[in-house]
Amino acid sequence: MSKRLVITGLGATTPLGGDVKSTWDAALAGTPGAKTLEHDWVEQYQLPVTFAAEVAVEPAEVLSRPETRRMDRSTQLGMIAAREAWADAGLTDVELDGERLGVSFATGIGGVWTLLDSWDTLREKGPRRVLPMTVPMLMPNGASGAISLAFGAKAGARTAVSACASGVEALIMAMDMLRAGDVDVVLAGGTEAAIHPLPLAAFANMQALSRRNDDPAAASRPYDVDRDGFVMGEGAGALVIETQEHAEARGATVYAELAGGAVTSDAHHLTAPDPEGLGATRALRRALASADAAEGDVTHVNAHATSTPLGDVPEYTAMKSVFGSHLDSVCVSATKSQTGHLLGAAGAVESVFTVKALADRKAPVTINLENQDPQIPLDVVAGSPRELGSGPQVGICSSFGFGGHNAVAAFRSV
Amino acid sequence: MADKNAILAGLAEIVEEETGVETEEVQLDKSFTEDLDIDSISMMTIVVNAEEKFDVKIPDEEVKNLATVGDAVDYIANAAG
Repeated sequence: MSKRLVITGLGATTPLGGDVKSTWDAALAGTPGAKTLEHDWVEQYQLPVTFAAEVAVEPAEVLSRPETRRMDRSTQLGMIAAREAWADAGLTDVELDGERLGVSFATGIGGVWTLLDSWDTLREKGPRRVLPMTVPMLMPNGASGAISLAFGAKAGARTAVSACASGVEALIMAMDMLRAGDVDVVLAGGTEAAIHPLPLAAFANMQALSRRNDDPAAASRPYDVDRDGFVMGEGAGALVIETQEHAEARGATVYAELAGGAVTSDAHHLTAPDPEGLGATRALRRALASADAAEGDVTHVNAHATSTPLGDVPEYTAMKSVFGSHLDSVCVSATKSQTGHLLGAAGAVESVFTVKALADRKAPVTINLENQDPQIPLDVVAGSPRELGSGPQVGICSSFGFGGHNAVAAFRSV
Repeated sequence: MADKNAILAGLAEIVEEETGVETEEVQLDKSFTEDLDIDSISMMTIVVNAEEKFDVKIPDEEVKNLATVGDAVDYIANAAG
């Protein structure tokens, strides 16, 4: 029997709010995070997609000026979420043994703004003007490194990079560190800040993005028959995960248990999901086994559900093959309908949602579901939040990414 | 000869921007490493920004000779002619 792991702190900065409380309140109310972009570069480059879900609170409003200069935007957002989670866990004035503290943070793309701004500087002003901090700012492990430094974590600062599965994979890496007995506490999460014209143009050319330029608020519509692609989002989520023993010894408040998790890979196609959802099915089964949970224990799934025509169906197929008739008793939230798709941060923010759902016994809403796709007969939480009942239960958070990555985390109520 | 007070003020702004050290702290007798706690990467960033701001060249091999804020102000003043 592996040791129990518990979640004692949460942090987030998202298109719905600058912290967990404002984000969660908005997620229960049903709030579209996508808006028309008001940057000169949208017009300048004649981008085919003119909207996205930017963070509600600019990091410069929260961080000091040197911090904003020395950290890429993605690290800035990760640091804001990490600080909130740390304080929320009541660790601000606690002397922790740094050698028993780890970091596991995720990103899909890393410091893309720094990389491309520096390239512009080199071309326009020459190599001398390229800032010396460029590489440590653009590297994908920039956030985990900076966070380990900020909190004195000396037991390893790992980085999950598996595209849109990264956020959940970072939690699973944290779980592995804790189960191996190498650490007592891990500050885990994911961050992304890639609303830049290059990724926007590239994702648009893949036909991956919604083109609903005239109505951004209605663009992210998972499971709806009129869904036409995902909406780019940015933000970060963070969770403090510790052994139950450690949490109890310091009298910490526990939101939920990180019961288990698993990653698999499709080995089917670099970008298209396996049409049968076989990789997702295996990840779900293995996550439940890892959590020592039965299918019937699951009451709620925060689905990957990006709102692409191709992606939403195989995820349903996977859930159907794992849960069978019990799927009728599982309520599903597709929160990307509100936040947009936070890429490498998606799984982290959605894990925060799943944990909050179990703690508050309320599943957040899916917006823009007007005509549910008959191929996806799920019990989708729409209109108003769903009461989850008071009994013990398991909530699932699934994330899938380009590269054929599947990552599923299982949380248990306390 | 460029106005050294203006150079000091401009340099102090660059230092504050990069490190958060308040402009009043950036005085001629202050050592970049000992007093202002500026590491080598920050120092290079300050140098690159100073080159742009004052339209001068500060070769890499000169940077190690700029121990104090006063050294840097003198160097920039001379280089700017």
